[in-house]
Amino acid sequence: MAEAETVLLLGESGAGKSTLLSLICGTILPDAGSVVVTGTDLSTLSSAGRDRFRGEHFGVIFQQFNLLPFGTVADNIILPLRFAPQRRSRAGNTKAAATDLCQALRLPAALLNAKASTLSVGQQQRVAVARALIGQPPIVIADEPTSSLDAGSQAAFLDLLFDQIARNGSSLLMVSHDPRFGDRFDRVVRIDDIATADRHAA
Amino acid sequence: MILRLAIASLVARALTVTMTVLAIALSVALFLGVEKVRTGAKASFADTISGTDLIVGARSGSVQLLLYSVFRIGNATNNITWESYQDIAARPEVDWIVPISLGDSHRQFRVMGTTAAFFERYKYRQGRALAVADGVVISDLFDAVIGSDVAATLGYSVDDRIVVAHGLASFTEHKDQPFRVSGILEKTGTPVDRTVIVSLEAIEAIHVDWQSGAQIPGQSTPVDVIRQMDLQPEAVTAALVGMQSPLQTFALQRAINEYPEEPLLAVLPGVALQELWAIVGVAETALLGVSAMVVVTALIGMMATIFSSLNERRREMAIFRAMGARPMTILGLLVLEAMLTAAVGAALGLGLLYLALVIVQPFIDSAFGLWLPIEAPSLREAWVLLGVVAAGAIVSLLPALRAYRLSLADGMMVRT
Repeated sequence: MAEAETVLLLGESGAGKSTLLSLICGTILPDAGSVVVTGTDLSTLSSAGRDRFRGEHFGVIFQQFNLLPFGTVADNIILPLRFAPQRRSRAGNTKAAATDLCQALRLPAALLNAKASTLSVGQQQRVAVARALIGQPPIVIADEPTSSLDAGSQAAFLDLLFDQIARNGSSLLMVSHDPRFGDRFDRVVRIDDIATADRHAA
Repeated sequence: MILRLAIASLVARALTVTMTVLAIALSVALFLGVEKVRTGAKASFADTISGTDLIVGARSGSVQLLLYSVFRIGNATNNITWESYQDIAARPEVDWIVPISLGDSHRQFRVMGTTAAFFERYKYRQGRALAVADGVVISDLFDAVIGSDVAATLGYSVDDRIVVAHGLASFTEHKDQPFRVSGILEKTGTPVDRTVIVSLEAIEAIHVDWQSGAQIPGQSTPVDVIRQMDLQPEAVTAALVGMQSPLQTFALQRAINEYPEEPLLAVLPGVALQELWAIVGVAETALLGVSAMVVVTALIGMMATIFSSLNERRREMAIFRAMGARPMTILGLLVLEAMLTAAVGAALGLGLLYLALVIVQPFIDSAFGLWLPIEAPSLREAWVLLGVVAAGAIVSLLPALRAYRLSLADGMMVRT
């Protein structure tokens, strides 16, 4: 993946998408081979080093349940900065950065101090985007971020996501089973073309 | 911020957390309460007698002497002859001496013969003197002053007539010489409350017609005649001694213990009380142990709650992990939450204790003569509270370690 490139990773469930994401993010290590992210071979890092690396380099958006329900929106947005000092210094004034992101993502400023659990699913996903983007991490990983949204909201959500990715200069790796959005991305990769899932009987 | 999130997370699970906090609070209040009663009882116990430098009796054990002379428990094996008593009283280092004569009873209460000096010399609870709540102290040969428990249990008031029984739990009574209740003492929380006090001469008077423990048949000396008789006792059971100077206490104790004419024993009340407490203190330690187990139970309850919450919190942990949190951070977060819970529980427990103290203090004092002081937490109590928080942290380590392993295996994706 190149810098600021947007890639859509397509694959059916069970094809190994999640495993690939875990490998890239360094929560699991490959049995063989290596994972190189921004020039760093993850297998050379200690487990704590990989955790730190993940915090600094990745913004992650999940399918759903992205937020800590008991925290406020602001808490959730600035959470990754707690584990990534470089991102924190890049973000500058964290409160202002969170407010700016909310504005750009069309979230009312009043929501910042609301509990995350009181938000609608669409709002929650946008908060997750804000959280993934704060402190400008080089790579944003999105794991089926639109699957919990209805069709209309999906397009609007992707518009916002792409705007912000472009503004940030981050790369985007989005995983989906839905090829409809393929033309928005610089590149579309089918997981079947690059990997064979070999499920061992547990 | 982590602290704030931990608090927010606890607040979000308000119901279970409140139950856990309540359980810890109650157990802490119980533990501190037992501790309070224990120290209060120990202090009350040590306060039973004060201002007396030596207790003198016939030679036996020091605890036995203390038990029968002060606590009116058990019996004297022997008496002190009046001559020995006079000898001790005459020694220059003796400031005052109060004789005690025991052996008779009234209903379930002991009768004690003594002199008027008893009311002035006997002190309890750091030098408090006996006070008469109603009536006057002994002014006549057949006057009796009764302790507050005696009055309350038997419903006596001033001027009531009472008959003293010979010996303890005996059916032979000194019917011919009834006593008049001349005064009722204020509650002291000491064995004096359960004592009928008469004059030393009165003890002699009721035994005029008695010989070796039995009434001489057919003989009944009229009260008028008794009043004319020389009622100097031949022996007393024990004596309380006050010294001119406390420095001479040990010298006199030694002199009495080596008294050549008669085998005597002198004990320092404080030392004997310590010995006695060492015996009864076992029960107190057991009580403390039981209440400590209650605290442990509450903490284990908290552990169970954390364990059962782990599954529903896996997603939360995955979010933390995705943000770059190490599994160690997750472990720390759980331990922090447990410590917060335990700390709030401990603080609430302390509050409950004070609330309870304010409510029951007057009742406990009047019912049991046990004074529980309301004061700032002692260093010992502060350590107990800290210990509860520390124990909370230790107990939470087990579920936290499980969370550590779960989040290590899950990473960012919760596998179900």
